[in-house]
Amino acid sequence: MSTVSAAFTARDAAGVEELASYILSKKGEELSRETRDPRMLSFRVRPNKEGGVSSLPLAGVAKFLRDDRQCLFRLLVDICGVDYPNREFRFEVVYHFLSVTHNMRLRLLVDADESLFVPSLHSIFPSACWYERECWDMYGIRFSDHPDLRRLLSDYGFSGHPLRKDFPLTGYTEVRYDEAEGRIVHEKVSLTQDLRSQASLMPWHGLCRDEFSEDKGL
Amino acid sequence: MSTRLVSDDVTGQSQISTDPTLRTVTMNFGPQHPAAHGVLRLVMEMDGEVIERLDPHIGLLHRGTEKLIEHKTYLQALPYFDRLDYVSPLCQEHAFVRSAEILLSIVPPRRCQFIRVLYDEITRILNHLLSVTSYAMDVGALTPALWGYEEREKLMEFYEAASGARLHAAYYRVGGVYRDLPAGLEDRISAWADEFPKFMDDMETLLTGNRIFKQRSVDIGIISTDDALSWGFTGPMLRATGLPWDLRKSSPYAVYDELDFQIPVGTNGDCYDRYLVRVAEMRQSLELIRQCLREMPTGAVCIDDNKIVPPSRKAMKSNMESMIHHFKLFSEGFHVPAGEVYCAVEAPKGEFGVYLVSDGGNKPYRCKIRAPGFAHLQAMEKLCKGHMLADSVAVLGSLDVVFGEIDR
Repeated sequence: MSTVSAAFTARDAAGVEELASYILSKKGEELSRETRDPRMLSFRVRPNKEGGVSSLPLAGVAKFLRDDRQCLFRLLVDICGVDYPNREFRFEVVYHFLSVTHNMRLRLLVDADESLFVPSLHSIFPSACWYERECWDMYGIRFSDHPDLRRLLSDYGFSGHPLRKDFPLTGYTEVRYDEAEGRIVHEKVSLTQDLRSQASLMPWHGLCRDEFSEDKGL
Repeated sequence: MSTRLVSDDVTGQSQISTDPTLRTVTMNFGPQHPAAHGVLRLVMEMDGEVIERLDPHIGLLHRGTEKLIEHKTYLQALPYFDRLDYVSPLCQEHAFVRSAEILLSIVPPRRCQFIRVLYDEITRILNHLLSVTSYAMDVGALTPALWGYEEREKLMEFYEAASGARLHAAYYRVGGVYRDLPAGLEDRISAWADEFPKFMDDMETLLTGNRIFKQRSVDIGIISTDDALSWGFTGPMLRATGLPWDLRKSSPYAVYDELDFQIPVGTNGDCYDRYLVRVAEMRQSLELIRQCLREMPTGAVCIDDNKIVPPSRKAMKSNMESMIHHFKLFSEGFHVPAGEVYCAVEAPKGEFGVYLVSDGGNKPYRCKIRAPGFAHLQAMEKLCKGHMLADSVAVLGSLDVVFGEIDR
């Protein structure tokens, strides 16, 4: 047991660019640079098209990022889904990696939809297991080769994927304890008061139901 | 066919049993159990008293925080962060306000940065006090928990003095903090900081050298640095394995780069080292609190931009422009430029990150919360396999789990 006064150096912009071109020189066929967020090095994984069936070279990329001496992104910080209903591929799976050796972060973006399978990173990063289960639970994104793709956060017997943009905030069912039946019952949601939407830019109209604002063009 | 030791009731001697009818037993732990630290259900497969498999069932405290945040303005979303890990609220608010500030390209004033660091460190002590003492309670020592609660109460009074609430502070704001510290508070915190080492020494007298405590925690739940990294460990869990990784040093935010503090590291990565790391971190936090109080500058605590921060109450009552700003801010809220950012802070439990996607509107398009405890709990099976049932309680206590952040 001891205390240390560690000093860390972060790569400057030139160092980040150097690493980016190194990664692209090694994995240029699988990855394309993404510059949406200028603060973090980001890449999008390109699908392989083989005989009409597309597959993602994600596992190879992740293994490279973990083991290559220039990278050493050994910590998978997070996997998260994002829903963009208007895009061709509805979902985006976002992977955040951290290299404690180089004090550096990296983001991978993967396109997915309801039918596409995203390769599981479970065998490369054991921590991916629960993150992928959460993605499946919240968005319905499927992961291939996952050993145990059960729901994680939602209730036993829950159906639907609550973080999708078309899933209502209130949900579809509510639970209560039924005194007469002596058990918990599931019922359709009934709200005694309208849910207040903050969507209106003119809040003095008071409760703003979506259909109301559409009708009046407000 | 299983082979194992069974004890003969009459003679008390152990003998090898090769009874083919013996099977592993599946045991349910929780969801309501005093040692489960909230609502956790563990389904364990036991061979006698030895854990063979362990499957945590989480989500019993799931409240849909991320979904709710997508339907709230940035100001309304802030208090949800208090309710994630409800023993370290302000560190989590810090992650959220920082991510919004990065997208808005604003930097809060210096005094605000010092106040944030001061309260982050108070929060760290609050968290570690509960974590260390309730861990001691899990392995059989009641007194530290009773003493610790008294100290926590004092710290929560500082929370109350600044924000008006003891627990769910909602004190940080995008662009600053809600209001300046009240007069005299800095002296009160300073007086407390002089007394606190005495408490630390007393608590360590009860635990650090205690034979029973050591028997329950030394060499229990060992994890190596490599395994800890591949399982996504951060914070004291990672530092206990010997790796000095701390976001306050590696990517300093607020004014951490100007302050002088050390990173405690362990050697074995067992439950005892995690305890020692947390205790040493409390002493470092105390140093940081002292430095903040000493070097705290005067001045504004919010940026001077009424498009983001509401005008003063007096101005709002006397000035038309200010009234409009006030009204718009508390109805529509401010808009955040489109973009995405991942912003992490060193919360007491580890790396707490917020991945914020904005579409340019007044509400976050997506706000993913990266909770440190989620990764730690996932490794429960890895840490407990081959240990006795009672050790699972010790391991769980040393993980410092709070279900508010894990279930979200």
